[in-house]
Formats: sequence, C-alpha cells, structure tokens
Amino acid sequence: MNELPQQLANGLALGALYGLIAIGYTMVYGIVQLINFAHGEIFMIGGFGALATYTILPSGISIAVALPLMLIGGAIVSVAVATAAERFAYRPLRGAPRLAPLITAIGLSIALQQLVWRFYPGAKGPVSFPEFTGESFKILGNLAISRADAFVLAAAPLCMLALGLFVSKSRSGRAMQATAQDPDTAKLMGINTDRIIVMAFAIGAAFAAVAAVAEGLDKGQIRFEMGFLLGLKAFTAAVLGGIGNIYGAMVGGVALGIVETLSIAYVQDIPGMEQFGGGAWKDVWAFSLLILVLLFRPQGLLGERVADRA
Amino acid sequence: MTALLEVEDLRVAYGKIEAVKGISFSVEAGQVVTLIGTNGAGKTTTLRTLSGLLKPSGGKIHFDGQVLNGTPAHKIVALGMAHSPEGRHIFPRLTIAENLQLGAFLRNDKAGIEKDIQRAYDLFPILGERRKQAAGTLSGGEQQMLAMGRALMSQPKLLMLDEPSMGLSPIMMQKIMATISELKAQGTTILLVEQNAQAALSLADHAYVMETGTIKLSGTGQDLLHDESVRKTYLGED
Repeated sequence: MNELPQQLANGLALGALYGLIAIGYTMVYGIVQLINFAHGEIFMIGGFGALATYTILPSGISIAVALPLMLIGGAIVSVAVATAAERFAYRPLRGAPRLAPLITAIGLSIALQQLVWRFYPGAKGPVSFPEFTGESFKILGNLAISRADAFVLAAAPLCMLALGLFVSKSRSGRAMQATAQDPDTAKLMGINTDRIIVMAFAIGAAFAAVAAVAEGLDKGQIRFEMGFLLGLKAFTAAVLGGIGNIYGAMVGGVALGIVETLSIAYVQDIPGMEQFGGGAWKDVWAFSLLILVLLFRPQGLLGERVADRA
Repeated sequence: MTALLEVEDLRVAYGKIEAVKGISFSVEAGQVVTLIGTNGAGKTTTLRTLSGLLKPSGGKIHFDGQVLNGTPAHKIVALGMAHSPEGRHIFPRLTIAENLQLGAFLRNDKAGIEKDIQRAYDLFPILGERRKQAAGTLSGGEQQMLAMGRALMSQPKLLMLDEPSMGLSPIMMQKIMATISELKAQGTTILLVEQNAQAALSLADHAYVMETGTIKLSGTGQDLLHDESVRKTYLGED
C-alpha cells in the first residue's frame, strides 16, 4: 500500500503546528527585530491556560463544547504573559544593544518554565490533557486523519486567513506594516508604535495558544518544558520561510513538518542510509534543511532581500 | 500675536555630545521659514526633535498654544505638525495610494481623505499614474513627491520639509521647489531645511543660518541672500 499520502498528511499537520507558533517569532521580529526566545514558553503557558480552563468546567462536558472555551482561556493566559513580558522586560530595553533583549528573552524563558514547574499542580511531570475520543476521519478510503490533526489542519488556515485579512485590510494592519518597514516614519504618520508592538506580541501569543491546544490534543499531555524544542523548531520554521514574513512562517512550518515526517518514514529505505532513518534522526534532517536553505537562500523561502529595509 | 511655532533655547544631545546648543527661532502662520547650514549643523536634529522623534535635553517648544516637551511623536502629528523626513522614508513595500492613506492615519473623514489624495495626484500627476505601484519602485524625485504628498495628507498647520531637494537632478529639484512655492501661495506654513541655500532663501520669508548647533545669523530670505558672509559660505561666491 502506498503510504505517501498518509505521511504527507501527518507532515502537514505537524507543519501547521510549527507554523502557528512560528507566526509569533516572525511578527515580533518583523516589527522590533527581536528574537523572542521566550515565545516557546508563551506557547507552553497557553497550553496550561487551556488546561486550567478545562479543569474549572463542569466534569463530563464534551470536548467539542469545552474546546472553544479552552482556546479562549489559553489565549487569554498567553496573551497576558506575552504583553506583560513586552511591557516590563522588553520595552525598557528598546534602543539598548541587541544582545540585552536577547539575553532577557532567554532568562524569561527559563523563568516561565520554572514558574509553571513550581506552581502548576502536577506540572513537575507530564500533565494529562483532555483528548478527542472517537474515530479518526477517513478520507479517500485509506487516508486517516486523527481528530487532533483535523483540529490543527482546520485552525491553521483559518488563523492565517484572519491574520492575512487583518494585516492587509484593516487600519491597524496597515499601521503594522508601516511600523515594520520604518518605525520612525510610522510615528510621523501618527501611529502609536508602542501599541502596534503590543499587538504583534498579542497576536503571536494567541496563535501559540491555539498551537498548544493542538499539541495537547495530539499527545494527550502537556509538559512544562515542551516549549523548548517546539519553540526551537518553530523558530527554525520562521527562519526557513523568511523571518518577518507571516506567510513565510507557515510555509516554513509546513516544509519543516513534511521533511521531518518523510525522513522518519523513508530515509531508512535508502540503501546505505539505514542507520539515519527513524524518529531519532528527524531533528537532524530538520536542521539540515535549515542549513541548506540558509546556505542557498539566506533570506528564507519567502523572505525579502534585506536591502529593502534600507 | 504669538507665532505658530516658537522654539526657545532648544538643546538636543546624543549621549554627551550636544548637537543643538540652545537655539531660538519662530515660525508665524502662513510663513515659509528656512534653516540653512552645512552638514552636521544640527538642522535635521532640530526637525526630529520638533516632531518628537528625539527628546530635547533643554529648552522649550511651543506649538499652536501647546508646550511640546517630551510629547511622543504620534501625538504631535495629531496637533497638526507634519514632518517629511530627510531621505524621504516612504514605505517601500506599500503602494503609493497606501502611503498617502497612511499620511491621513489620524483622520476619519473618508470623503475628505479621498479628496486630498486626488489633490496629491493633481499636484504630482506621476503619483496618480502609479498609484498601485510599490513606492520602493519610484525614482528618488518621485519618492520625494510622495513624501511631501504624504505629509500634506494630515492637513498640517505646519509642514516641515527636511532636505526635499537632496540627491535630485536639477530638473527634479526645480520641480520640487516650484511645488513648495505653490504650497506657499496656497497659504501653507512651511519650515524648510535645505542645503541648497540659494533656492531656500529665495522662497523664504525668514531664514536662519545654523552652524555647529547654534544659529549664527537670521533675517529675511532676501537679506540673507544678499549678505556678504552667506554669499561666501553658502552660495559659493568668492
């Protein structure tokens, strides 16, 4: 049986997850040229926010009813943490040498992990997350999409569509583009760029919360340190797609997800490559892709030439 | 009557280096006032401080009855000051129409905005022809037109133009200067920073000569145009 379509579907779902997180890296970078290394933890905290919301809902509630509330709860928590981080950790450092906010981001990332580890009940180990029970969706006979994958495959395009419309059509979206292209001149137009920066952090955080719910549904658990590797992968996706470009983040995420999934499934079948296949090597293939793209297309798949900024 | 813009003993420093060392000048409504001087005299720093991009380290700025000291740039725009920055700084990846709309960011009168965009296209027909094009594809002179048109979109009480003729061909420079005198004839109040002293002084009602952060000389445009030392230093005559 040809299992390629199934592998591609799995890769697409993983890639959509990466892409949703990558949006947060790329939007913040696009506007303040900061790699927000705490974004992985914003994602993780969104998952815990969603879980906390679930635990206060009446027991026995169907996951289909609970899901929207969990998304809202998770988004509120991650947006609150991200905007507080912007206000109190990053904004005072605006205009400081770029190393300062970068180190701050790393410190914040560790602090957030430890706070969850210390204070969320049971978070010293994996915490179980509600699951979609029920059959996978069968498409075209033999293609099976799990309910968790179906969720992320629906959520990611919807989020992208909403964001695309917001950025290109709304007044705030245009102000966001202006701020990204030339912040000082944006101020001269009467744009409150501080507000635009907060908005970029908030949108990225909300998308990360959606991704965290998807991850929880998929794995059936969440962990306080899950933001580290997933955050790193999503950052890779953002760079791969061209950092600063919102569509690039999703394209990079999907490319990364598919390469990972296919490498697990097929590398071991290549003669002489048997020992490089399987799950253990997937990260090597993912980061090799990053290196290749950076070598041959440093601006990323959809990135603009840096000279455009001048 | 009091002036629209009144600057008193303004000081601006980059770290420990003082770029503007206590200058005072004023702009009356309806006037064209120019600051001329060589590179590094502090002209651009002065404009960037007036529009709120830089914070003054001392002195006072009065604009239209308000004191602007540390007011953020986006609020100063709302008070009626528009600044077309040195080097044009159009938004390169937005279209010409979008650039103009951003100039009207704080306005809500849709019909009025449309009318003013049309006015910008009338003033600079090339912008109208290319309205859907990314602004980064325009030539330097066209970008300057766009920057001026965009600054006018906020219906400013005071229009500040920083080096509008910089890097332009002589023909384009003439076109820009002609536009400035057209705006002047329409009653626009303009604070013009220029290195092209000849052109600036012939337009100006009042002029100030800046040198290393201080005002060395002031007078009507005609006075300075005929001043011995100005002619030597800035108009390149022996």
